[in-house]
Amino acid sequence: MITITLRYFASLREQVGRSQETLTLANTLTVLDVWRHVHQVPLPENTLIAVNMEYVAKSHSVCDGDEVAFFPPVTGG
Amino acid sequence: MTIKIVETVFDPFFEIQNVQTQLALNGKFGATSIFIGTMRDFNEGDEVRAMTLEHYDGMTQKQLEKIMAIAKENWGILDALIVHRVGDILPNEPIVVISVWSAHRADAFDACRYIMEELKSNAPFWKRETLISNQTRWVLKNTGGKN
Repeated sequence: MITITLRYFASLREQVGRSQETLTLANTLTVLDVWRHVHQVPLPENTLIAVNMEYVAKSHSVCDGDEVAFFPPVTGG
Repeated sequence: MTIKIVETVFDPFFEIQNVQTQLALNGKFGATSIFIGTMRDFNEGDEVRAMTLEHYDGMTQKQLEKIMAIAKENWGILDALIVHRVGDILPNEPIVVISVWSAHRADAFDACRYIMEELKSNAPFWKRETLISNQTRWVLKNTGGKN
């Protein structure tokens, strides 16, 4: 069993309706499959994904204790 | 190298002066390049009353540190400063200041531009605007660096 934390930011947080949740999985999944496991709607195009605060590809597999964040394109500066 | 995320109005010139007076580089730097980003009262053809800047606390600092480290590897930087605002912001208030100190101008200009463009592309900040009508909207993407 692996337990991960999911976080959502900005417009995606508003769409999802929460900023954070904990998820326990029987096996590791890619971050894209983590999204599919939790959400009925497809991952919005252009969504950025970070694991433990580093950008990853959709094919990145999660490990126990990971913090997985989904968010829209960044608009700082 | 200094990175600051601040929740209240800041004076970019004070921040620059504060670093420069502490630099153990007297006589070593011949160039200081500065970029200041300030909130406009218009965007996409609409009047903007205010803005809220959200960020991913922790990842923001991590990404900015990485950008600074790459800039230091690629240019002859003696010191650099990033200050970025979060929270509720009003037009005319500074959003970001980047300052780079180097021996010669090319390194200062190029590294300052690099840091700013990388911040725009990779640092996890998000802007939500409040228009004059009180309607709110997320800024969907940053403009290109040529704009």
